[in-house]
Amino acid sequence: MSTVVFARHAMTPAERLRDAGWVAFVGLILGIPLVGLTTVDVGGRLAVGTRFGLLAAAVATVFAGRLLLHWALDQARNRKLARARASTATAADRAHGAQKAVMLLGWVALGASVALPIFYSDNRYVVDTATTVLIYVMLGWGLNVVVGLAGLLDLGYVAFYAVGAYSYALLSTQLGWSFWEALPVSGALAAGFGILLGYPILRLRGDYLAIVTLGFGEIIRVILVNWTEFSGGPNGISSIPRPSFFGLEFARSAPEGGQTFAGFFGLDFSPMHRLIFLYYLILVLALLTHAFVSRLRKLPVGRAWEALREDEIACRAMGMNTTNIKLSAFAIGAMLGGFAGVFFAARQGFISPESFTFTESAIILAIVVLGGMGSQMGVVLAATLLVLIPEFGRNFAEYRMLLFGAAMVLIMVWKPGGLLSHREPTVRLNPLGKPAAAKEAA
Amino acid sequence: MMDTNSPDTATATLLSVQNLTMRFGGLTAIDDLSLDVPAGSITGIIGPNGAGKTTLFNCLTGFYKPTTGSLRLDHPTHGEMRLEALPSHRVARDAQVVRTFQNIRLFPKMTVLENLIVAQHNVLQRASRFSIAGLFSLPGYRQAEKEAIERAATWLQRLRLEHLADHAAGELPYGIQRRIEIARALCVDPVLLCLDEPAAGLNPRESAELNALLLYLCRELGIAILLIEHDMSVVMNVSDHIGVISYGRKIAEGTPEQVKNDPQVIKAYLGEDDEDAENSGNAVTEGAAA
Ligand SMILES: Nc1ncnc2c1ncn2[C@@H]1O[C@H](COP(=O)(O)OP(=O)(O)O)[C@@H](O)[C@H]1O
Ligand SMILES: [Mg+2]
Repeated sequence: MSTVVFARHAMTPAERLRDAGWVAFVGLILGIPLVGLTTVDVGGRLAVGTRFGLLAAAVATVFAGRLLLHWALDQARNRKLARARASTATAADRAHGAQKAVMLLGWVALGASVALPIFYSDNRYVVDTATTVLIYVMLGWGLNVVVGLAGLLDLGYVAFYAVGAYSYALLSTQLGWSFWEALPVSGALAAGFGILLGYPILRLRGDYLAIVTLGFGEIIRVILVNWTEFSGGPNGISSIPRPSFFGLEFARSAPEGGQTFAGFFGLDFSPMHRLIFLYYLILVLALLTHAFVSRLRKLPVGRAWEALREDEIACRAMGMNTTNIKLSAFAIGAMLGGFAGVFFAARQGFISPESFTFTESAIILAIVVLGGMGSQMGVVLAATLLVLIPEFGRNFAEYRMLLFGAAMVLIMVWKPGGLLSHREPTVRLNPLGKPAAAKEAA
Repeated sequence: MMDTNSPDTATATLLSVQNLTMRFGGLTAIDDLSLDVPAGSITGIIGPNGAGKTTLFNCLTGFYKPTTGSLRLDHPTHGEMRLEALPSHRVARDAQVVRTFQNIRLFPKMTVLENLIVAQHNVLQRASRFSIAGLFSLPGYRQAEKEAIERAATWLQRLRLEHLADHAAGELPYGIQRRIEIARALCVDPVLLCLDEPAAGLNPRESAELNALLLYLCRELGIAILLIEHDMSVVMNVSDHIGVISYGRKIAEGTPEQVKNDPQVIKAYLGEDDEDAENSGNAVTEGAAA
């Protein structure tokens, strides 16, 4: 059967040569004026010169190129056919394979991220960039709840990031709260803002929802810019205290009555200690976020979010209070964004409204969409790509954003459903690796 | 759990629709309609396209607020309930009046089993205690989840869908999706099950299976069923009682025999069919929540 299908598409060698010959002929016709003839400057006057050698080379290239193109197309088609034939394997097997691949990828990523500071312990740039990646991973995981799971398009997510960052900045500089005291309070504040935003937009969907959330993000930013007494206005807030390691400061000299990290462990002071500590801190926060969201997904509330994304009317017909479900998605997503904001403020030591523009929301949303809506591992991949591409792009100076945009377009063309679009069910009747048939036979 | 109607209430009225009117701007989709749905039986609703059948379901299940009229449910445990005053999710959750849709509305990317578990959201959500018990996987929640899965599995088995439990619902054939939608509605533990054209798109064998299922649900489990259906082989065979609607009014009511021979009904149906043959552009589009 498959050979018949194949034979219909394949060309005999003679046909191929003829085809390439025709293409080369067209190339020749076009090439004569374009390549074969050229103007030369003879003593200040233009004259027509010939370049038949170059023309011959061009035509030969076209001929060979055409053959090569066909060969490549055939290869691609063969591979597709082979894959189609292989897919007679059951859907369950494929799902199993996909799940295993994602699991493996996850463990590799975890191993790499734990080991990274060990190998780059004196490379400030690498540790800093990796920390940035992890902040975006965490933001992506937070937004994934709202957009990926609950299907509520939120273009103002950065507002909650800002609420978290400013909460910590103000609590620590004004009231002297420590990082660990401010973290839960700031998260709760951000969640409160999530509910505040959630209420007016309960009835909205799709485009309208997106526009209102966009407006909300801008409102928060504009307030931060203009309410100078409260937020420091465009100058932002500086000298935000850095988190300490169980009370040990990362400083050259110990504060009064305290001890430094380096002093306590008998190490020489190095500014890298703090960077590496911050890296591990965000790694732990991100992993906690991941554990939290993954667990929620398998709970009634998580299934309700996904059901809401799939069909809101059906949800109501099943007796689900969609108001509560939406608000819980907004609140949880906002809280996670708030946590990330607290970390951001603590890491930078300085924040201003500049850091919370719409571009930031767009990047976080791009991470979720590019990763594959709802996929936790996809967020990791997309965040890594979206942070690293502009970094590598630094060599290309002004073409950097062009490169960034092109990469995004390419990914969406190549994988319209996102990098990892496989959805793992939250519960199975017949666990994988133990096919239903085997169960029945038993 | 399912035997909410004991046999002695079989003749009592479960749902009483009184003088129901639903207007959309100038259009009167339901016009002063009154109808009684007896407990423990199957009530068929038939009528030409655009007659207002789906609109009746939308009013009944809280998706539309009726312009006037009342919908009284004599709930076996909660007593009398006024459905027109309840929002849609409370109609399903508290009044246990559960519906399916004319255009199937599953959660397509979720598996069949997940669809059935989402239908038990309220029970599970209570057991998960604001997700705290769920997050820490406390025994109470684990037990509730296990029961929910067992319950879903029971319905899947009864509707012979067990082998498809872990497939994405949206990827399955149409006839199977219809059955899944019924299974999902059953997981909400309905007192009154409202089915909107469940036989649409089914082949004759599937229709016959549907008949058997409906009779089983009603006779064995005592679930009252309100059934909108065009497929006469289904309605006439399973209904205890049929109401006929045309242009939003009830034009006839009675046993399948009575309805079949009612001149008004023949006129509404055959008249419309003739017209349809000449002028098929007349068909009215289905309602928003259909
Ligand atoms: N949301 C709505 N807005 C306006 N008109 C509606 C709406 N829902 C239904 N209708 C109209 O009500 C009439 C009855 O529709 P429907 O109840 O869907 O008929 P059917 O008996 O075929 O299910 C139709 O004329 C339809 O166009
Ligand atoms: Mg209808």
